[in-house]
Amino acid sequence: MENILQGFQGALSLIFSGNREVYSIIGLSLSVSFISVVISMVISVPAGIVIGMKEFPLRKAVIMIINTLMGLPPVIAGLFVYLFLSRSGPLGYLGILHSPKAMIIAQVLLIVPIITGITMAAVKDRGTLVKNTAYTLGAERMQMLWILIKEFRTSIGSSLIAGYGRAISEVGAVMLVGGNIKGYTRVMTTAIVLETNMGNFDQAIAIGIVLLILFFLINIILQRVQGA
Amino acid sequence: MRKVFAIVIGLLLIFTLVSCGPAKTPQPQEPEGPGEQAPQEETLDPITLATTTSTENSGLLGEILPHFEEKYSTKVNVVAVGTGQAMEMGKNGDADVLLVHAEATEIQFVNDGYGVDRHRVMYNDFIIVGPEDDPADLKETAGADAAKALATMSEKQAPFASRGDDSGTHKKELELWKAAGVEPAGDWYKSVGQGMGATLNFASEQEAYTMTDRATYLSMRDDLDLVILVEGDERMFNQYGVIKVNPEKHEGINKKGADKFVEWIISDEILEMISEFGKDEYGQSLFVPNAD
Repeated sequence: MENILQGFQGALSLIFSGNREVYSIIGLSLSVSFISVVISMVISVPAGIVIGMKEFPLRKAVIMIINTLMGLPPVIAGLFVYLFLSRSGPLGYLGILHSPKAMIIAQVLLIVPIITGITMAAVKDRGTLVKNTAYTLGAERMQMLWILIKEFRTSIGSSLIAGYGRAISEVGAVMLVGGNIKGYTRVMTTAIVLETNMGNFDQAIAIGIVLLILFFLINIILQRVQGA
Repeated sequence: MRKVFAIVIGLLLIFTLVSCGPAKTPQPQEPEGPGEQAPQEETLDPITLATTTSTENSGLLGEILPHFEEKYSTKVNVVAVGTGQAMEMGKNGDADVLLVHAEATEIQFVNDGYGVDRHRVMYNDFIIVGPEDDPADLKETAGADAAKALATMSEKQAPFASRGDDSGTHKKELELWKAAGVEPAGDWYKSVGQGMGATLNFASEQEAYTMTDRATYLSMRDDLDLVILVEGDERMFNQYGVIKVNPEKHEGINKKGADKFVEWIISDEILEMISEFGKDEYGQSLFVPNAD
């Protein structure tokens, strides 16, 4: 009990003391996850729309694979990225293992199925109706995509936020491929693991509080977007 | 509603941009005050150092690395893992230099051509720690005999937390079980699969015994309900070595950086720093330099 109280006290003073290391850890978490979501969005939103609306061979299998990958355990994504980026792996020549780039790749691998899956599910039911309406109004191909994105912005928005939440709270994959390097690849989740291991519970709790607040904000946005 | 959304996204973006700078381009540490001005030498590309959790968790690297980073205007990226994984990183070319502790495996590593130019750097020793009331009576029965202590634990089925992660500490523990002639197995033998700090916390929580390097234990002592029970056995000697990863095995190894790093860490100045480390805080050195 003492640990917890002390931890909270220490945590609060850490948050408000302007500790640069803590802030840079928070900043890296936010930025890595943000970039991951942007990259995933570019891939997943068009993919989700196409898979959700178009008929093509093996469509059922593709949907099944995406649904499975939505629950992909992060460490497995991490392991794959690690093996590919290792100097002895096929992409080793890039030399980006243990860097924020590697973390972004792992996160993209995790979020792409989530955004694709949610977009796909949303578009599946009502997409054809929207498409036909737009078609009768004389929309062209690229315009059509834009109209669909606008029409389904709520679902797409919530898929992006769900993806962001997944990315920022994930620990296994970024630990493996980032290496938890101080001042370089240490993010909130890996810092919590390290500080807990070292018995620095106040640091761990401080970062934990920030992560919780962030998650709370993310959920508020998610609810708003869905309610709109 | 859309306004809220836009504001939050905007804030996130700003924070991202602001924080991206220092986080993504690691800067060498600023010199701290005019104290000791190391002569500015040539600059080096960032180095990846694969090492064991004990050197980082004890705070040693945090103490000495800024000196190197300042001297060569570079950055040392420390990946702290078990010795087994650190050596695997070396084999795969994912690190430039290793600072590990498992002498037999290290020599094998060099003989196999994965590493070059191995040096001893420093040592500390392993100790067996456990709950203060010592339910298995290790202190009485084993004295300083580590193997006997392990045999006693297995006899009495006293809970023992093992690193179980192929680290240097784990390898040493297995050596000692062999010396004790016991195959550790059963409910009492808990293989944790984590770093030294986590294992110590686990042992403290579970009122179990464990084997640890002295440095990590001393640096965490205040947070642990564990006391030293067995120490001073020659077999619990813990030698740290530095090895350059063989630059001919893989593209992109920072050979120059590794050369300078090894030269630096076995220099008299740094060995002196190592021997002073921890004296103020714990009343004894955590590591004893013995470079060759």
